[in-house]
Amino acid sequence: MSEAASEAPSAASAPKTNRLGLTKDQYGGAPSTMCKGCGHDRISEAVIQAAFEVGLDAKSLIKMSGIGCSSKTPAYFIGRALGLNSTHGRMPSFATGAHVANRSMTALGVSGDGDTASIGMGQFVHLVRRNARMVYIVENNGVYGLTKGQFSATADRASPSKRGAHPTEEAIDLCGLALELGCGFVARSFSGDKKQLVPLLEAALSFDGLAFIDVISPCVTFNNHDASTKSYTYIKEHDVHFHDPAYVASFEHIDVEYEPGAAIDVKLHDGSRLVLRKLEKEYDPTSRAEAARVLGETRSRGEVLTGMIHIATDKPTLISGAKLSKTPLAMLGEKELRPSKQALAKLMGSYRF
Amino acid sequence: MSASIVNDFSLRIATPNGTGSQTSNLIIFRSLFHMGLAPSAKNLFPSNIQGLPTWYQIRVSDAGWQARREEWQVMIPLNPMTFAQDLRESLPGTVVIDNADQKGVDAALFTGLTRYSVPFDSIAREGISDAKLRPRMRNLIYVGVVAELFGIPEPSLRAAIDAVFPKKKEVADSNFEAAMLGMRHVREKIEKRDPYRFAPADQTAGKILIEGNDAAALGCVFGGCSVVSWYPITPASSLAEYLIGHLAKMREKDADGSNRYIVIQAEDELAAIGMAIGANWAGARAMTSTSGPGISLMSENLGLGYYAEIPCVVFDVQRVGPSTGLPTRTQQSDLLQVAFQSHGDTRFPMLFPADAKEAFELSTAAFDLAEHYQTPIFVMSDLDLGMNLWVSDELEYPTTPIDRGKLATDEVLAKLADWGRYLDVDGDGVPYRTVPGKTTDPRTAHLTRGSGHDEQGRYSEDPAVYARNLDRLARKIDGTVDRLPEPVLHAAKGKKKKGAGGGELGLIAFGTTDHAVREALAGMSSPPPYLRLRAWPFHASVGDFIREHERVLVIEQNQQGQVAHLLRMAFPELAPRIESSRYYGGLPLSAAFVRGALELEPAKA
Repeated sequence: MSEAASEAPSAASAPKTNRLGLTKDQYGGAPSTMCKGCGHDRISEAVIQAAFEVGLDAKSLIKMSGIGCSSKTPAYFIGRALGLNSTHGRMPSFATGAHVANRSMTALGVSGDGDTASIGMGQFVHLVRRNARMVYIVENNGVYGLTKGQFSATADRASPSKRGAHPTEEAIDLCGLALELGCGFVARSFSGDKKQLVPLLEAALSFDGLAFIDVISPCVTFNNHDASTKSYTYIKEHDVHFHDPAYVASFEHIDVEYEPGAAIDVKLHDGSRLVLRKLEKEYDPTSRAEAARVLGETRSRGEVLTGMIHIATDKPTLISGAKLSKTPLAMLGEKELRPSKQALAKLMGSYRF
Repeated sequence: MSASIVNDFSLRIATPNGTGSQTSNLIIFRSLFHMGLAPSAKNLFPSNIQGLPTWYQIRVSDAGWQARREEWQVMIPLNPMTFAQDLRESLPGTVVIDNADQKGVDAALFTGLTRYSVPFDSIAREGISDAKLRPRMRNLIYVGVVAELFGIPEPSLRAAIDAVFPKKKEVADSNFEAAMLGMRHVREKIEKRDPYRFAPADQTAGKILIEGNDAAALGCVFGGCSVVSWYPITPASSLAEYLIGHLAKMREKDADGSNRYIVIQAEDELAAIGMAIGANWAGARAMTSTSGPGISLMSENLGLGYYAEIPCVVFDVQRVGPSTGLPTRTQQSDLLQVAFQSHGDTRFPMLFPADAKEAFELSTAAFDLAEHYQTPIFVMSDLDLGMNLWVSDELEYPTTPIDRGKLATDEVLAKLADWGRYLDVDGDGVPYRTVPGKTTDPRTAHLTRGSGHDEQGRYSEDPAVYARNLDRLARKIDGTVDRLPEPVLHAAKGKKKKGAGGGELGLIAFGTTDHAVREALAGMSSPPPYLRLRAWPFHASVGDFIREHERVLVIEQNQQGQVAHLLRMAFPELAPRIESSRYYGGLPLSAAFVRGALELEPAKA
């Protein structure tokens, strides 16, 4: 849907601009230091494309990350935005703090499977429980890249390392975990599938709550051999998805033509829409129970379920629960923050006998 | 009978915790305050919810000293578990008010003690009809006994009970009636055989009653704090809990009732400090409150705060360590940890409040300091200050406006020739800080990182760039002494004190030991000069003080002499003059300890 707005087939014309008058290049960042062919760079491109298409104002974005290869990537997209590259496994807490300090900013966080599923497992769980509004991308390759190839907690038992060793512990399915914890936006995609990933990112940017996307992102240096369950080859062969997602921004006036019952149309809080065109088999992703069933079934068949796994727009968020002021706390001044001299004097009265 | 001892004794009440004795003790305390006395109240409670021993020491003195008095003159041993111990530890002549209804008591334990045996259980059974209320009300009987025996007038007792139960008149009435049972028993059945008396005094003009954690919490409100992230831990929890209550009442809301603050109970201390630093990075004043074990967990994230130069305020309400230690006992043993925590070359400025008023003032100041220097600032309180009830001067309104420090706003950037997030343009080591949303200038877009960075905040592995940045950080922290609270000097009066080994002696202390130190010095004919530290890094004047004396004794509550170490580090050429006298038993410091430390000063060969 948003694609239609960008790719006009006419020859040599001025670069396309979005509703802010910006070109896609203006959403770029510093040159990447990832290995050539790294899945993470594809994801960064998808983020750039999504941000460009929805006309995201970089000044209203805050980029968050932890530590690891993928956590470096916020430097390589949307260079005009401020960001905080925090500590290993602790992106959720820093992002939560930044979010509540300025609710008008959109927080987009990039983490890895080590950062989230090992050291960060505790903070991830509580972030999902709190339902703080942010886009949370895990760039999932089953290994620790920067420290040279150890298994991560998302590595499947069946997935051997280059030397033939196997993980000895059960793999963590972050989507399954997020679903179990009541996350209202659970999606999985693949760094090689922009057609699926970009609309999911766009919907995530619009979503009022924690939007979790587990993106399989092959590590060309340590874990992309065919036998690895996180390799390009394996994903291409085992990917299953039940809907094709499309995103319709609130400012777009496009009629989506589907036969009745052929698509699920999810209205998001800012007036945009996520349209899920049903494929041959289908299930209702707005049902958590259905999502859990399908996730379990596909997993037991060795399939990798991708797409919008579950979406629910009715959950209270961290700041709705706190009845937080519409004015960002960071913008409050002394007048709003410091009670008066009279207030202190009155209070002292209650501490005298 | 011997002459009266008026307003100069202490009571020690032993009860199992969770039985309502807290309320009774508070009533006695408040009655005395109502009489114009400034009592000191030390609650010695166990790390448990119910059933373990608790001791409460109330002390009155001629000058309203707030320090703990080591020996007690009146003992009320109502905990069978500690009964024998309580009596054995009482000095000869101690007045004991025991429970006559307790079975199997060895009368020999009372040799040398003045015993008033009161049948608390029988009195309760006869006088308190509601069997469910009886266990709680029973403790009010000893309140009445104390009141009648030592002279607390009924109006003061009644006023105290009303103050403890401000909105529950019926409860107050039944409590007063229970107390009356005790008073009546003394009038009818007991002949006073001891010299101790309370008398109305004039020690409370302009004073309030407040817990240190409460005062610190108020300091956060007036310091403009809007984000609180915390994880419960004894003895810091009540600071956050007071803050939650004060924010709800004192922070004005939006017209639609929305809150201009948020409190998040984090899943652990790592998350608590992450949230606080994240919030500060995004431009809101955020704090967290914890104790030693929590600080240990926060170390890594605080290192990020130091190196990436993000403000934050952290309260360490210190307790006995190491490890789980004694969660309900007090100490000053986190100084070295906090000062240099986290790996690499870091330093974290610390503030040392000595009383509730300073807990308020330094708490407010901490937020300005954190934002001015763009670094985490620690308020080093302790369990004694945080959790006991203090007689304090009234809290005073801040005299300076909120200082947000050097922000890289569009206005500021327009005037600067050059800007980088970590560029020292003013020569004070402090750059201009970005806050999302407070600038539109594209120059300010960058990624804040804990990895090595250049003046523009870009990742850099260049050795010279790295060293330059780290050196500027060091200069920045050195520069904090310009704004950190200065030490307080109590100059010597009369003849200067000589240490036992000859030569002039100076005394240094910090935090709550101040009360014991001042009390000890007040009782000396020629007390040594006493410098009370209020912050680290140390002011140059601290070095001057040490230089003026041949020997300096540091009084501190830890085993390793941590502040003595910090002083020697700061003034290495003066190191041989510095010794520490260390108390680390976990109880609030007494003047007796200080007197002992001064008298036992070893002679130098």
